Amino acid sequence: MAARMLPSEKDPIGPEGTATVSITVDGHAATGILGQSIAGIIMAGERLGFRQTAKLDRPRGVFCGIGVCFDCLVEVNGLSDVRACQRKASEGDVVVTARDPQPRGGAA
Amino acid sequence: MSEVLVIGAGPAGLAAARAASDAGASVVLLDASDALGGQFWRHLPETRPARNEKYLHHGWSTFRALGEALESSPTVTIIRSAQVWAIEVLDGVAVHAMIGEPDGARRERRVFRPDALVLATGAHDRTLPFPGWDLPGVFTGGAAQALAKGERLAVGERVLVAGAGPFLLPVAQSLTRSGSRVIGVLEANRAARLARGWSPRPWQLLGAAGKGLELAGYAAGHVRHRIPYRLGRAVIAAHGTDRVGSVTVAKVDAQWAPVPGTEHTLEVDAVCVSHGFTPRIELAIAAGCELTPNRFVAVDGNQRTTTDGVYAAGEITGIGGVDLALAEGEIAGHFAAASATESVSAPPTAAIRRRRVFTGFAHRIEAAHGIRSGWSGWLTDSTLICRCEEVDFGSMRAAAVATESESFRSLKLGTRAGLGICQGRMCGRTTEELLCALNPNRELSDGAVSDRRPLASPLRIGELAHPSSQNNARKGTP
Amino acid sequence: MVSSAIVIGAGIVGAACARSLAMAGLDVTVIDRSTAASATTARGEGNLLVSDKAPGPELVMALAAAKRWPALVRELADELGDGFPGIEYEPKGGLVVATTEDGAAPLLRFAAAQRSAGVDARELSVAEALNLEPDLNPAITAAVHYPQDAQVHPVNAAEALLASARRHGARVRQNVNLSGPILDANGTLLGIATNEGELHADAIIVAAGPWSGEVARTLGVTLPVLPRRGMVLVTSRMPKRIFHKVYDADYVGAVGSGDAALQTSGVVESTESGNVLIGSSREQLGFDDRLRVDTIAQIAAKAIRLFPFLADQAVIRTYGGFRPFMPDHLPLVSRDHRMPGLWHATGHEGAGIGLAPITGELIAALVAGAAAPCDPEPYSLARSSLEPHLTAVA
Ligand SMILES: Cc1cc2nc3c(=O)[nH]c(=O)nc-3n(C[C@H](O)[C@H](O)[C@H](O)COP(=O)(O)OP(=O)(O)OC[C@H]3O[C@@H](n4cnc5c(N)ncnc54)[C@H](O)[C@@H]3O)c2cc1C
Ligand SMILES: Cc1cc2nc3c(=O)[nH]c(=O)nc-3n(C[C@H](O)[C@H](O)[C@H](O)COP(=O)(O)OP(=O)(O)OC[C@H]3O[C@@H](n4cnc5c(N)ncnc54)[C@H](O)[C@@H]3O)c2cc1C
Ligand code: FES
Repeated sequence: MAARMLPSEKDPIGPEGTATVSITVDGHAATGILGQSIAGIIMAGERLGFRQTAKLDRPRGVFCGIGVCFDCLVEVNGLSDVRACQRKASEGDVVVTARDPQPRGGAA
Repeated sequence: MSEVLVIGAGPAGLAAARAASDAGASVVLLDASDALGGQFWRHLPETRPARNEKYLHHGWSTFRALGEALESSPTVTIIRSAQVWAIEVLDGVAVHAMIGEPDGARRERRVFRPDALVLATGAHDRTLPFPGWDLPGVFTGGAAQALAKGERLAVGERVLVAGAGPFLLPVAQSLTRSGSRVIGVLEANRAARLARGWSPRPWQLLGAAGKGLELAGYAAGHVRHRIPYRLGRAVIAAHGTDRVGSVTVAKVDAQWAPVPGTEHTLEVDAVCVSHGFTPRIELAIAAGCELTPNRFVAVDGNQRTTTDGVYAAGEITGIGGVDLALAEGEIAGHFAAASATESVSAPPTAAIRRRRVFTGFAHRIEAAHGIRSGWSGWLTDSTLICRCEEVDFGSMRAAAVATESESFRSLKLGTRAGLGICQGRMCGRTTEELLCALNPNRELSDGAVSDRRPLASPLRIGELAHPSSQNNARKGTP
Repeated sequence: MVSSAIVIGAGIVGAACARSLAMAGLDVTVIDRSTAASATTARGEGNLLVSDKAPGPELVMALAAAKRWPALVRELADELGDGFPGIEYEPKGGLVVATTEDGAAPLLRFAAAQRSAGVDARELSVAEALNLEPDLNPAITAAVHYPQDAQVHPVNAAEALLASARRHGARVRQNVNLSGPILDANGTLLGIATNEGELHADAIIVAAGPWSGEVARTLGVTLPVLPRRGMVLVTSRMPKRIFHKVYDADYVGAVGSGDAALQTSGVVESTESGNVLIGSSREQLGFDDRLRVDTIAQIAAKAIRLFPFLADQAVIRTYGGFRPFMPDHLPLVSRDHRMPGLWHATGHEGAGIGLAPITGELIAALVAGAAAPCDPEPYSLARSSLEPHLTAVA
């Protein structure tokens, strides 16, 4: 167990919104509360690593949480380099967490 | 009507926008986030309003009052999700923003040419590297705060908070109020230094009464939750394969060098580490503003920078907390409006008085908690310094020794430290300090600094190529 | 007998001069008013291009340089060992394409002329070009492949040349300011005055990049070296999708032009780290280094014209520098006939990285009176095309 959402009914601040948002993360369905970031939804799913680094093949996840470290980059709807901690999840978002690009890989 | 543009809707920017509007200017307020409040008043999104949000915040009513005044004013335009990516100073100041989803691809590109500009871009945590700090589960204190306040997500069940400065206390409090168990707060500085800086207990403050009360609140929370607060200790390594499972904690001396033989291991599922703050000054540099020797934006008594018509407030002029940010913002907004409208009005004397009080507080934070050089004693050759480009300490030293270079620019390009997508936001100042210490003459003398980022955020090449709609700020259309 | 030299400027050109002079047995001191390898050399790209050069003396030098680089890279690696930052020499080849109907014929004519001057320039069909670069815009109208084009890491190459110079006995003094010449009664240059005292040498070599005109003036002569600004965009890391130095044929026109107004063309290549570098612009603004969004926006638009997929890639930085521009577009590697003791190695504009090694060898040969690696006359200060620019008296 690690990161987890505080259930609204137990939350001393009493959040009221209940609408949900559904996305897929690496092909798996994931649901969050409307207004959550993609990072928040992934982390609440008990996963902390979002990508594997290019050089050392190490896992990375959220570090700064405020959009300055770029460690939480994911691909959203085919677009790379999206900060999961800054992007609010939209219904149907297709999120891919992956190994960082291998500059030397590829064709020719 | 003359326009004041404010960048940043944290405490400083909100206060500036309000004061500028009160002084008769029309105001445009931009923030990259989709909510007002900045780092301090980060809160749940509109889709999830909370009945008792103030439980997580100090000064929540101040925020609400500022926000409501601005939102209801016909002469204030608030543009959320507006990422300022460049400031151009050719004839006058042009502010370039992308408006739309963060890191989107088809955002609206807009240019503002205001009569006066207030920069209030704040700061982010500075975390010094240690072995394993790249593991998932190692967070900055700010990340724990942002997730707790912005999403009601607790980063871990069993969490250690470590680093330096009074900011560790609200981090621990937010964690406990989001359901984490905080097993301790480690402050690297020892009692003697804290005592010299302000007082042996950070919450026993003189003068800055508001701050004292705020910190006293945190202290009470600590007692209630039985969170041990330990001085002279640091996290010197994190361990785990896919995520952090434990950390090594050690005593550190007055210079923050780890004391051999004092290491012990603690099991955790998250650790939040912050050693201070780095001001976000790239826009100020782009606007041509001079910096102070400590690399904050230099301002005069009216919060005016060295660039005509450009004002600065909040953490970018010095780390002093929310009350100082509010006071500075009010002064900056007032004088920015005066310069834009070319009018004179009575100076905001109350804000000026508050600024004096809280500036003293800022000096005490620095004296008591500022980073000491001994920390590099906990680095190993394989410790990553630059997270983006995965540059470790060993290869950095090898390059510094082999080239004997005194040039930060050359070493940066040679090692790739700071060249990745965060553009040295995480490692820049650390890299500068380490490379300087590794040079045979202990000097980097090319004048290059990691804070210079002509592009203040990434943008898509297609967005850059797309022509912008010229503004509007001058014409005053929303 | 010439036995000592001072090199003013520790960019890649100064570093190459210092190495060659030291290897020729001279006692060498390099001074820089700032730090080594951190001015123009750290603000450009690292291409060794033959493709953009028309038949003539600059092409002769470029062909010699293209031949020289592989061996030089091996020499430096052997000398400096593994701990030294890599030079990243990559003989990737260039691909020049025309993006308009009107642009096709001039590109093919240019290539034909280059072929007769010894350049390996291979005309490709559009299909063949897309085979080399699958993500290239299929709407191109002509393409020429230049296998001799290569790339290096300019800063690491400059640091390596300088470290090698040191190993051959050269001294490098950084943060030293030149204040004036030391002349004898006949006007022969005997040394230089600096903020750290006087330095004497038989040969004083100006290798101060775009500031060479300023340095020459301090020493008492005029030199028509002007700064020509260039900007580059850097993308985020991406999987390798661009395999050559790919550029729009209109670049050649921009390089050759003497127009001071802004000119941009699409110039795209990936680097070893996975970032793509996108150029380029040429503009004469003095040393004004303020950001100009219109310039980088134009560069971005032209890059997309070559590789449409780039539109969705993130750009993370922009940087730029000042190319040392000569009014007749030829480098200056020469004695100064107006002041005995004074030499110049400068004016390489957008080719100084590629041409540095040959420049160093040429200047060392000239200073030491040894056999030159190529005919020195075209690079002489006394060439007729410079005459109109040397008339003003300092
Ligand atoms: C993550 C974090 C959490 C914190 N939590 C606390 C806390 O709980 N208690 C405490 O005492 N102190 C806290 N602090 C310290 C706090 O930052 C300051 O006390 C206070 O917020 C400073 O106010 P400010 O207005 O100067 O900056 P900020 O509040 O940081 O506001 C700056 C604003 O500028 C915006 N911005 C920056 N760059 C751009 C750009 N290029 N384009 C558009 N917008 C931009 C940002 O989105 C942000 O909203 C925290 C700091 C951080 C980094
Ligand atoms: C955007 C751009 C892209 C480029 N791309 C390429 C490319 O792909 N391939 C290529 O071959 N070339 C390229 N170039 C050109 C290349 O960078 C230059 O030709 C080359 O770096 C010039 O090297 P230099 O040593 O002459 O000058 P510099 O590197 O500028 O070195 C001159 C040195 O002289 C010093 N100096 C100045 N004044 C004084 C003084 N008074 N006293 C002492 N020292 C002084 C400076 O501090 C500096 O260190 C590009 C240039 C730009 C701007
Ligand atoms: S966690 Fe740092 S940018 Fe998202």
